Amino acid sequence: MKINSFRVALSLVAVSAAPYSAPAQTKLNGAGATFPAPLYQRWIAEFTKANPNVQINYQAVGSGTGITNFTQGIVNFAGSDAAMTDEQIAKVKQGVVLIPATAGSIVLAYNLPGVENLKLSRDAYAGIFLGKITKWNDPAIAKTNEGVKLPDTAITVCERSDGSGTTFVFTKHLSTINSDFKTQVGEGTTVTWPIGVAGKGNDGVTALIKQTPGAIGYVEYGYAKNNKLTYAQLQNKSGAFVAATAESGAATLNSTQFPPEILRAWPSDPDAKEAYPISTFTWLLLYKKYDNKEILGALKKFVTYGLSDGQKFADELGYVPLPKEVAAKSEAALKSVE
Amino acid sequence: MSETAVETSTGNEFRKRRLRFDLFLVLTWVTSAATVVTLVWIVWSILQAAFPAIASTGFGFFVNSVWNPNRNIYGVFPFLNGTAGSSGIALLLALPLGVAIAIFLSEDFLPAAIRQVVRFVVELLAAIPSVVYGLWGIAVVIPIVQSWGGFLTQHFGFLPFFAPPATGNSMLTASLVLALMVLPTITAISRTALVAVPKTLREGSYAVGATRWETIFKVLLPTAAPGIVAATILAFGRAMGETMAVAMLIGNSPRLTWSLLSPAGTLAGLLANQFGEASGMQVSALMYAALTLVLMTLLVNIAGELVLRHTQKTIAGIR
Repeated sequence: MKINSFRVALSLVAVSAAPYSAPAQTKLNGAGATFPAPLYQRWIAEFTKANPNVQINYQAVGSGTGITNFTQGIVNFAGSDAAMTDEQIAKVKQGVVLIPATAGSIVLAYNLPGVENLKLSRDAYAGIFLGKITKWNDPAIAKTNEGVKLPDTAITVCERSDGSGTTFVFTKHLSTINSDFKTQVGEGTTVTWPIGVAGKGNDGVTALIKQTPGAIGYVEYGYAKNNKLTYAQLQNKSGAFVAATAESGAATLNSTQFPPEILRAWPSDPDAKEAYPISTFTWLLLYKKYDNKEILGALKKFVTYGLSDGQKFADELGYVPLPKEVAAKSEAALKSVE
Repeated sequence: MSETAVETSTGNEFRKRRLRFDLFLVLTWVTSAATVVTLVWIVWSILQAAFPAIASTGFGFFVNSVWNPNRNIYGVFPFLNGTAGSSGIALLLALPLGVAIAIFLSEDFLPAAIRQVVRFVVELLAAIPSVVYGLWGIAVVIPIVQSWGGFLTQHFGFLPFFAPPATGNSMLTASLVLALMVLPTITAISRTALVAVPKTLREGSYAVGATRWETIFKVLLPTAAPGIVAATILAFGRAMGETMAVAMLIGNSPRLTWSLLSPAGTLAGLLANQFGEASGMQVSALMYAALTLVLMTLLVNIAGELVLRHTQKTIAGIR
């Protein structure tokens, strides 16, 4: 009796361990940034409809984890908002190709019932995030909003509690335009804010802003758009007040100069008059060399699709489509993958 | 002749049983050893990953109140404070309430059927996933704290605990929701302890002329004390390790504050928030924080065990 049940158990183990016949499919695994995930998922859905023999997984685990998995060779490709540093690239034996895949803007969304079209000067929004401006009717805000009745409400600054590419880009921009911010806070995926409440993810910050009268926080343009948040026009380097749109984002990206050897740059303070001050690329990370030809072929086909036809989904999902010149550079970089 | 046959058959039977017993013994040994090995393995791998941070920050990690990954400065004092503070306040609120419910449910104030329903409902609180508590906290508790917070800071702002400005996502909000989350643990274990008090004690107390409330406070509660202490410790452990609901409600600020109405942070929340995007020394520092959390829960449990043994010894005479 006893022995019988043991045998049954053993045979069960044997059955479950037996290799089942795999379908003739190429599987691509990717992981990384959460920000471009909705767009990548859309690309995957559309691409696999046309190419049913390819199966693609993209896990939105965050840029940091994506880079770690990529370095360990667990995934075939990764996504990162902060690209990769030279140190990180040096650790990857197969070599790395950085491909700008899409772009987005970061908006300052706020919760002030009755106040629309708020204009924030560079000093004002840097001052708010430094904790120097604490009331909505502060002269620094009132100065650029003549005719708007600003309430005597306290400002609640909302920020990201988790490490994030959004924080990285936003703090990079603030550090560029404000020397106090640079010395007191600095740039990074996680910084110690001098003031405010933090929520996890773009959705966490969105919830905080929606719930707290007098709140202001930085979120991805797409989230603000989907959640119908009100967001401010920001003053750019030329002094003009610009709202986040696909056009103003594209103007920012167009002004970006890449170094010749690698497609990695952040437009942390664009010059153009019509450029929105805080826009950024997000990258796909590929190895320079793939041993498996099937994976290489499928991956190249997929990324090519994303860089060409896939770009048309960008605007409706709240991303900034890649400018033509950048898309061409990305495709050229993709060709170097073998 | 027949006698010996019986003897050998029982001997066989006995031997068979011994054999089966041994197999069972081996099985239990293996499983319990595996549990211990897993725990040691977990602690060891965390320790290994934490080592660079331990080597570079040492004890300063616990007293430094700045956590700043982009400057490579790592101190967890604000998070230690937040973890201890939120769990402590939660217990302070939940313990009297939980014990009161346990007394109510173990006495015959109401018919047994109704008590059964109440008990079921309270214990059902434990079955709610923590993310749901978080959402409920956002929807219900935060607006309440927001509207009362202004009043508190205005009238009691001179106390450091109610220093302005008042925010909805704060230590107080997290503590209130945590209190609700640990309530079933306290109630269930305390009730079991109260029910387990021997009937003779109660009868003896009535026999010498004590009232019902005298019996409850002077006889039943002291006798059930070890169980209530155990309940408190388990609840404290649960509150300290609670991640999701707290991360959604506490405001996740790394700044040190004494105000209950300011955003704060806990160790568990810090780990959940920052691990995904961490790299290099930050990973190691987070592992160090994880090790701290494990050691804290371990210490709490050891302290609880000691208290439990001590009280058991002192009341052993009563029984």
